[in-house]
Amino acid sequence: MNDGSEDAMKIRLDRTICDGFGTCAAHAPRHFSLDDWGYASLAAPGADIAAEDEDAVNRAILDCPVHAITVLARELTR
Amino acid sequence: METSDVTATCAVAAFPGLAARLIRDEPESLDAYLAAAGYENRQPAAGGLLDAIERSGLRGRGGAAFPFAAKARAVRKAARDRGLAPVAVANGEEGEPASAKDRWLLRHRPHLVLDGLRLAAAVTGAGQAYVYLSDPAAARAVTAARDEARAAGRLELPVEITVVDPAYVAGEETAAVRAINGGPAKPADKPPRPFQAGVHNRPTLVSNVETLANLPFVHRHGADAYRREGTHASPGTFLATVSGGGRPPVLYELPHGLPFRELLTLHQVPEETVSGVLMGGYFAGLLNRRALGMSLDHESTRAVGTGLGCGALAVLSDTDCPVAVAASVMAYFARENAGQCGSCFNGTAAMSAVLDALRDGDADDDDLARLSRWSRVLRGRGACGTLDGAVNLAASLLAQFPDSVARHRERGCDLCAISPFRTARPFEVEAVILA
Repeated sequence: MNDGSEDAMKIRLDRTICDGFGTCAAHAPRHFSLDDWGYASLAAPGADIAAEDEDAVNRAILDCPVHAITVLARELTR
Repeated sequence: METSDVTATCAVAAFPGLAARLIRDEPESLDAYLAAAGYENRQPAAGGLLDAIERSGLRGRGGAAFPFAAKARAVRKAARDRGLAPVAVANGEEGEPASAKDRWLLRHRPHLVLDGLRLAAAVTGAGQAYVYLSDPAAARAVTAARDEARAAGRLELPVEITVVDPAYVAGEETAAVRAINGGPAKPADKPPRPFQAGVHNRPTLVSNVETLANLPFVHRHGADAYRREGTHASPGTFLATVSGGGRPPVLYELPHGLPFRELLTLHQVPEETVSGVLMGGYFAGLLNRRALGMSLDHESTRAVGTGLGCGALAVLSDTDCPVAVAASVMAYFARENAGQCGSCFNGTAAMSAVLDALRDGDADDDDLARLSRWSRVLRGRGACGTLDGAVNLAASLLAQFPDSVARHRERGCDLCAISPFRTARPFEVEAVILA
């Protein structure tokens, strides 16, 4: 895991946009959990993304059909 | 304690013997407010006042009880970090049907709220402020008060009034920000929180109007005087909307820490007829007769697994079936949620279906198992607190009223057979308190 350094990747998931495709959890199951109806929440909101998970999380970001996941702007991570 | 008959005739009352800080008999004019040293010291020293507020221990009155000074400091820091002037918002959009305090304050003491907003802007450095609400009478009162105070040279801060359609979810702080920014009055997911980026993308202080109405007292009398009422962790007085219990609803100003039993005496509800309380409006769930041992402060209510929330307390009588009350409140959540987050619009509908079935004697083991699981796993899965309120309701019904739940499953409920509790907006108080 990253140690909370300034460079660590953080993400946000906008659940008002999520349409429950579930692609994120397929790519990065450690970071996205789905409810009984397939809608996602972050498994650990605000947590650093470990370097070894960044590729999977980036796939989740790129493949989300409704663009509900974004990389968190640096000024909002402090 | 002496029983007061004030509740028989009056929908608004301060606790007997309390020097009321928020409640007064008549709507307050500018002259009356100025005579009480309102709008004084037109340029309050920001550091001094914020330190006093911190020592006062003032907590937010919108439901979350967040310390006001910590919020104000977060806004100041974000403004400094980003090099932007912040914005202050008075949140008077009281979507909670069981609460009337915010609308009452805006209608009756608009100058107190505006003075508080002025002080909040001063301690955060905000140069622009908004009052956000839906109640038309409150909007008229606060608009007239603003214009009058400005004409009298008492209010230099630019204050805009933003009026939206009333809705349960419209009172959430990000809904206020979205509406002021021209969007729908519906919550946004976080981050960013308003203190980071809110109105016009600026660091924004969103404070409940009752919270703001406490600031002039601290400004005028200081932190020690403020702490003369209340408990260490819940200082000051608070507005409590009390409904149910077979009595007409009343808006009280109470000292924090008041034993709930004393409120029942004041409200003329016989203790032996009380089966429980719906806490914090619809948000903080159901409490059984353990409520009789609690005090009305954040520490004591937390210790029994609930919360004061916005200060609305709906007393369940022994003729109110808790299952039927929960079913009605859950149906409200299923209807009135923002329709944005899938976990919320699906989860509230699913929990509502189970509670309706349980009330009607049709729920089976699998239904109850699902309800129990949803009451755990759905927590935190919505952008705002609505789903958490629904989860609190389901979890507290199962934990606090297992006998009522079992009765509905085994042999039917006597209470529901006689007078089924079924209403669209349980414990709605507006018609009485704001008449």
